[in-house]
Amino acid sequence: MHLEDRPRHPPSGAATQKEITVMYFAVFRELAGLDEETVSTTSVTPRDLYGELKQRYPFHLSVESLRVAVNDELAEWDVRLEDQDIVAFLAPVAGG
Amino acid sequence: MFILSEQPLTPDELASRLADARTGAIVTFEGHVRNHHQGKKVTRLDYEAYEPLAVKEGRRILEEAYEAFDILAARCVHRVGRLEVGEPAIWIGVSAGHRRAAFQACQFVIDEIKRRVPIWKKEHYADGSSTWVNCAEKMRTVAR
Repeated sequence: MHLEDRPRHPPSGAATQKEITVMYFAVFRELAGLDEETVSTTSVTPRDLYGELKQRYPFHLSVESLRVAVNDELAEWDVRLEDQDIVAFLAPVAGG
Repeated sequence: MFILSEQPLTPDELASRLADARTGAIVTFEGHVRNHHQGKKVTRLDYEAYEPLAVKEGRRILEEAYEAFDILAARCVHRVGRLEVGEPAIWIGVSAGHRRAAFQACQFVIDEIKRRVPIWKKEHYADGSSTWVNCAEKMRTVAR
């Protein structure tokens, strides 16, 4: 299923536990002290997950200044995460 | 072609492979590491990429250039890893039948890469400090 077909604003109800691999790049990698980790989380969306990780690490950038990728593709902040997803938070880029 | 490279770029060799008999114009762009940024003396840069997505997004940008401009070939190589002042960090080459499309496409490609591709740059300064560019200038870390 393509990421864009995933439901947003998922139905209410108990959020399920999921294993999500989070990859950290650049400033996030330095602040977390990790290249990646697998987190066990009930976060429903990447937005929720970022909020959860902000409590664990000194991530200073707000969601508004970031993009998020799920399974190696740009994603909306409010898509529903699924078990085994791979998430990366993308700080403001500086290529070229 | 959009690729990331840990090896020094070879602009002459890359440019030599662009032309064929239909080519009327070739435009190339090189981004170099300069020795200053916002008044500070830069000693070196570290480029870091989220490689699978950087390549996907880079390829998409080149496809968009092919669709928008009447060009024959558009290629890009972007360095990752540690770069010294003066080194080329990115090479873009565009060939076309005519020069207007080549100039416009080349500008489009570099502008879009700078805007979209998940590559990050850490600048190291002469005073020993360093910072991830665009990631809130107040977040400075002491060089390790």
